[in-house]
Amino acid sequence: MTDITLIQGVNQALKVAMAKDPDVVVLGEDVGVNGGVFRATDGLYKEFGEKRVLDTPLSENGIIGMAIGMALQGLKPVAEIQFMDFIYPAFDQIVSEAAKFRYRSGGEFPAHVVIRTPYGGGIKGGLYHSQSTEQLFTSTPGLKVVIPSTPADAKGLLLSAIFDEDPVIFLEPKRIYRTSTGEVPEGDVRVPFGKARTVKEGADVSVFAYGAMVPQSLQAANVVEKMGIHAEVIDLRTLVPLDVDAIVASVEKTGRAVIVHEAPKFSGFGAELSATISERCLYSLKAPVLRVTGYDTPFPYALENLYLPSVDRIARGIERTASTS
Amino acid sequence: MSEATDVPKEIMVRGFRLMVLGRTADERGVNLQRQGRIGFYVPMNGQEAAQVGCGLALEEKDWIVPAYREIGVALSRGIPLKTLFDQFYGNSSDVLKGRQMPCHYGYRDYRYVTASSPVGTQIILAAGLAQASVYRGEKVVSVPFFGDGATSSSDFHAGMNFAGVYNLPVLFFCQNNGWAISLPREKQTRSSSLAEKAEAYGFRGVQVDGNDFSAVYKVVRDARAQALAGKGPTLIEAVTFRMGPHSTSDDPTRYRKQETVASWKAKDPIEHLREQLLAKGWITEEGIEQVQEEAKREVQSAIDAAEKAPPPEPTTLFDDVFRDRPKLLEEQRSEFMELLKEGVLRP
Repeated sequence: MTDITLIQGVNQALKVAMAKDPDVVVLGEDVGVNGGVFRATDGLYKEFGEKRVLDTPLSENGIIGMAIGMALQGLKPVAEIQFMDFIYPAFDQIVSEAAKFRYRSGGEFPAHVVIRTPYGGGIKGGLYHSQSTEQLFTSTPGLKVVIPSTPADAKGLLLSAIFDEDPVIFLEPKRIYRTSTGEVPEGDVRVPFGKARTVKEGADVSVFAYGAMVPQSLQAANVVEKMGIHAEVIDLRTLVPLDVDAIVASVEKTGRAVIVHEAPKFSGFGAELSATISERCLYSLKAPVLRVTGYDTPFPYALENLYLPSVDRIARGIERTASTS
Repeated sequence: MSEATDVPKEIMVRGFRLMVLGRTADERGVNLQRQGRIGFYVPMNGQEAAQVGCGLALEEKDWIVPAYREIGVALSRGIPLKTLFDQFYGNSSDVLKGRQMPCHYGYRDYRYVTASSPVGTQIILAAGLAQASVYRGEKVVSVPFFGDGATSSSDFHAGMNFAGVYNLPVLFFCQNNGWAISLPREKQTRSSSLAEKAEAYGFRGVQVDGNDFSAVYKVVRDARAQALAGKGPTLIEAVTFRMGPHSTSDDPTRYRKQETVASWKAKDPIEHLREQLLAKGWITEEGIEQVQEEAKREVQSAIDAAEKAPPPEPTTLFDDVFRDRPKLLEEQRSEFMELLKEGVLRP
């Protein structure tokens, strides 16, 4: 096995799934001939043809509506939204149609679409190429929300998403598309939903992160290690379904929790995690749960580096939480 | 418009029966809501010819992607009245398990997709269904049903555009019933017709008298044949009139004149078909009476049965969110059952 990048993991998952199952089709803007603006769908058009790799008009509600319509007949469409920041025209289709189809029809019409979209900052993308709005989807019953942080997870989780029978929002941390590298198993090897990954074990503080904040948190854990603080870093991998057991087990061990995400703090997914910890682990806690997040402002351009949780800011958060008694 | 006689007798008589049945069910639906026996209703009164004409022109394998005002289409597809009334009552026999307001039904066995409330979302879904049919090599069409108001929605644009670009077998069936709640058609768009919008998407648009059963039937048959011959989609604008309120929550006297309603009453689609059938000698006055009596009986027995069924089991609340219940939802379900047992929650 050789090392590949996270985006190559995405690409491999699509290739494996399409080769295995003729019901898997891909659609989106520039995904065909061009192979996607980030090259996630590179080579698919050539290998599988225009019937299975649809270049669509520039219409996000159109892409998702088409995908849902195809799914109603049992196809397994994988739709790409070029940037998460452009997903909102499709919000009605995602929230009113995809998320509710199985429920509203009494199970008659499941709508198992996968919606892949690059999300997050760190690429100087400004307001409209940087946002993390996962909480809009995690708070909608009926949607699964998945965020890989390694090439192996990108491939394994995407394969699970494609063969899952529920709609999946698959958020790809574009900042680490090419910097996250690693070995990836050959073929159709799936990573199950609802199983967090312990990135680094530690006994002093639990750090919960996902996506591009996982490598940041790991670096921060290495920084505080030099101060004698042993942080445990957990990659949540799937926000829905959430691995509550892993969260509880870690906090019961450490008694301290730091939550890291790029999205704004207020009403962010960290609030859900913090509430979960306080509901289930209050008597284990030795310090208040701390959130290290983006600020409650729109996403900035020039000041991006100050907005995003940096290694130093996360390290400071861990340190503070570790030293509170 | 060609002569009504082009449509076979059997179809015309069946159409009449279904239109009468539809109106009877519809009137009872409104009354049940007024009596507080069901929570809501969306009448289609006045649109029977458009709905049944289109419904009967389709084949069983064609996909119907309805809005919430299509009982005439549902009956044409053969969905039993009892099934529909179970949904109106949201009872334990309801296929949808009581999850939706009345009239938002759908059934996979009938290729009749479950409706939602947002206006226009179904239009692009139909393009996706058609894409899948083409991919699977099935010779069928997809038919989204919508009103004049939906032609202003972004999903109308998306659906028309995608179907045009991919040359899909979609029949966009627009019932222009004159009103989107309180907004008249002429304030919905500056276009002189809705059908003409098709031109900009590169395919056919046809306007038809939506109160003329056989005219609708023929237009749909023709559009269907063209779509299956690879000649792409058609936008059909059936011009009709919503005789009743938008829904049982609406009072149309606030925004439209009684004279307008009266002028459309004179163009009643059932009356029109009745006269045609009598003139052809294809039905007798006694036959008509029989159709009406039968419709009343059928509707009554559907209501009786639906009313007897108990409400859905409380724990079905937690089913079908996902294929399998995730751990957290399982926990909520257990807590819920505990509250039921303790009597804190009472069904």
